[in-house]
Amino acid sequence: MGSSGELLFDGADWDFQTLQRVHDACEKIARTELGLDVYPNQIEVITAEQMLDAYSSVGMPLFYKHWSFGKQFAFQEASYRKGLMGLAYEIVINSSPCISYLMEENTATMQTLVIAHAAFGHNHFFKNNYLFKQWTDAEGILDYLEFAKGYIAVCEDRHGRETVERTLDAAHALMSHGVDRYPGKKTLDLRAEEKRAGERRQHEEAVFNDLWRTVPNTKAKSKAALTAERRRALLGLPQENILYFLEKTAPRLAPWQRELIRIVRHIAQYFYPQGQTKVMNEGTATYTHYRIMNRLHQQGRITDGNFLEFLQSHTNVVFQPEFDDRRYSGFNPYALGFAMMQDIERIVKNPEDEDRDWFPDIAGKGDVEGVLREIWSNYRDESFINQFLSPALIRRFRMFHLHDDPAESQGIKVDAIHDERGYRRVRRELARQYDVGFVDANIEVVDVDLDGDRRLMLRHTTVKGAQLNETDTRRVLQHLADLWTYDVALTEVDGTDKVLKEYVVSPRAAAVAA
Amino acid sequence: MVMHIVDRRLNPGSKSLENRQRFLRRAKALVQGAVKKSSQDRDIKDVLEGGEVTIPLDGMDEPRFRREGGTRDMVMPGNKKFVEGDWLQRPNQGGAKGSGAGEGDSEDAFRFVLSREEFVDLFLDDLELPDLAKRKLAETESEGIRRAGYATSGSPANISISRTVSRALARRVALRRPRKDEIETLEAELAECDDETRRTELLALLEALKAKAKRIPFIDPIDIRYRRFETVPKPVAQAVMFCLMDVSGSMSEHMKDLAKRFYMLLYVFLKRRYKHVEIVFIRHTDRAEEVDEDTFFHGPASGGTLVSSALVAMNDIVRTRFRPADWNIYAAQASDGDNMTSDSGLTGQLLTDKILPVCQFFAYLEVGEAANYTFDMPDSSLWTLYERLRNEGQPLSMRKVSERGEIFPVFQELFKRRSKQERV
Repeated sequence: MGSSGELLFDGADWDFQTLQRVHDACEKIARTELGLDVYPNQIEVITAEQMLDAYSSVGMPLFYKHWSFGKQFAFQEASYRKGLMGLAYEIVINSSPCISYLMEENTATMQTLVIAHAAFGHNHFFKNNYLFKQWTDAEGILDYLEFAKGYIAVCEDRHGRETVERTLDAAHALMSHGVDRYPGKKTLDLRAEEKRAGERRQHEEAVFNDLWRTVPNTKAKSKAALTAERRRALLGLPQENILYFLEKTAPRLAPWQRELIRIVRHIAQYFYPQGQTKVMNEGTATYTHYRIMNRLHQQGRITDGNFLEFLQSHTNVVFQPEFDDRRYSGFNPYALGFAMMQDIERIVKNPEDEDRDWFPDIAGKGDVEGVLREIWSNYRDESFINQFLSPALIRRFRMFHLHDDPAESQGIKVDAIHDERGYRRVRRELARQYDVGFVDANIEVVDVDLDGDRRLMLRHTTVKGAQLNETDTRRVLQHLADLWTYDVALTEVDGTDKVLKEYVVSPRAAAVAA
Repeated sequence: MVMHIVDRRLNPGSKSLENRQRFLRRAKALVQGAVKKSSQDRDIKDVLEGGEVTIPLDGMDEPRFRREGGTRDMVMPGNKKFVEGDWLQRPNQGGAKGSGAGEGDSEDAFRFVLSREEFVDLFLDDLELPDLAKRKLAETESEGIRRAGYATSGSPANISISRTVSRALARRVALRRPRKDEIETLEAELAECDDETRRTELLALLEALKAKAKRIPFIDPIDIRYRRFETVPKPVAQAVMFCLMDVSGSMSEHMKDLAKRFYMLLYVFLKRRYKHVEIVFIRHTDRAEEVDEDTFFHGPASGGTLVSSALVAMNDIVRTRFRPADWNIYAAQASDGDNMTSDSGLTGQLLTDKILPVCQFFAYLEVGEAANYTFDMPDSSLWTLYERLRNEGQPLSMRKVSERGEIFPVFQELFKRRSKQERV
């Protein structure tokens, strides 16, 4: 195929050869010009209905069955039918090969955009960003999901759909507190997981001996009472991964229930990096498709008309409504990410004096792609914004910082605006909004006396006075108590360990664990 | 690098179907309530098309730990006139808390679309055919056969090979029938043996073994087992529905419309219970005729009113085409209640002697004009007659309807699950 000048397609129609041509053209630019390093691509063409299906199972091609996904589906289908919601043009999965779903309704231009965006932009980010490398196993995820789906189906056959559903409900409620936030444990090998689950089961079967049940219990050896300190150390407390703690320590869970919790925990962990890199991930992908599309146009491989069509959707994607706009709902990660990537390009290529002061490391360095690749690999949203949000961009977005203290009767204070005094504060506060440490409540398991009343003690250390919503908290704790099968207590404390509120919840009579 | 394109469009769709069903099961009580509510003010056709329902989210929620209140810091784009140190009014002081709670807030209602089947299923779910239908069902059974274990006797065609062989094997093991290879080893040893004493020993042994093998057959008649079948009663899976309607001049379009709605519901309901449902339309003035659906509802007719004529026609059709032994017979009669007084005796007699004994269910729907419905109106002649029959213990169901919206409640009332003795 010709390298330049030859049109990839004309008009809106496409077929599989077109997709192949488009992919090859994009790949050439992505590799040579942008230096991207991607997983092999697999492009799947799907219908709108299949897209809705994928939506309701968090975008994964196969997922276990649970009513909450049905609820999602019903909800999304209703809003889609009413036209409240457009469907995404694509969904991309962090797996190897990297799977991108393309809607059949897309025009040829859109397919090109989507291939550049997902199959190269997101794909590169998945493969190279440190968070994804550390926390996810792209090679193993699909096999693991397959295993999870099968395992849960078998459990439903064996133990009844309702029991399984109750366990999953409880685990889902705690999903956001089922991730390891700090590295140190072994990196995940999802392929080995399936084998290990089988081994655990086999081991149980092998060591099961019915005789032991009939042997009369000898009187428990009087154990030297453990000090509270030692006891906590043995249990690995405090522990912020509540699901992990349950899986390992809950006294009365059946082995299959522990496995279910483990599955939910692994899946939560798999999605954990995505929540921390929305701005960067979308920024990378948008920047990549923008570069590739422009180059294709320059090479004369896309007609002017198609290029205009692309520009229109691109503009829609990176649209950022202002705070007083009816459409405003926070920063658009596409807009912010793309603007920052372009801004970095500008700083690297033609910096001004201000940029040299703020970004001595990269200003005027010249190698745009190298600098960006480096950034894509080593940052997450919080650190990325904290380091690379430039005064120029703060001015362009006219960002300002509001401080709302309920104790303050005068109202909400404008704390900083886009001026010399405000840049750093605006930047710091914006970065904080993306800090997982602030986004999720800091709840830990602090103590449990397994020899005593077995009450599970949790602590929520509040930040800036934000307490938990009472109704929801009671419901979540109820789920937790059902899994734990003994009382669960949650204490909310402020930074000085002053107790703000206490909850105690007892397990329901028909508890999950029998 | 190699790139794969996969065309998934032909994959079976509705992957979420099962999840959706799980969700519906879980929310069943709520959805059912919503379906009832939404069906009250709808046309039948719309109802049977399925549609959107709204249920409260309570009980369907998935709780998470989420925080609210406290000091908040926000960075926003689009500053126009603020400078550092400005104070802004909190948006509407009273509801400020709500706006502060942020995106974690769950909506209080949840709307979604039900398909036609789902809607009808839920709508008819707690309805059932009245008890008397079951009594009839028991009498009108036909027979089917099904597998029922094994027997020691039977037709050769039904021999169960695997069962027979496994029993033979068990018997051979239990009686220690010498195995073939056992004998072969001995024979081989004998062939090579020179020692005379050993030879005689072996010969005797072989002899004994062979005799034993002969005595204990490979397959004995007592091993043989036959697959057994038994007949089971099978309920009759077909029904016929008679729609009787008075089309004399006094029946207005509105009344016919009400009747039509009722017939449609009954049809959908029966369709769910029976594989095969036939409908017979009989319209009558002072004489009755069987007609097709279109004529039934729209054909012009005039004349006096003789209800007995329709009953005679129905009885004839039953006798000639629908043997009560083979068919479940349902009848619904709609009328404005007018009938010649002289006809009452004959009508009553026909019902008691001919029609009601063969029917699973007979419903009388008295339709009235929407506008002039009053409670003071005296009971019509037909109503009075039917009421008397019912008080005598005849299995008749009757209701009065004058508004579209009443059709659903009336239908549900007629068929709702009830304790045994209660009569409609």
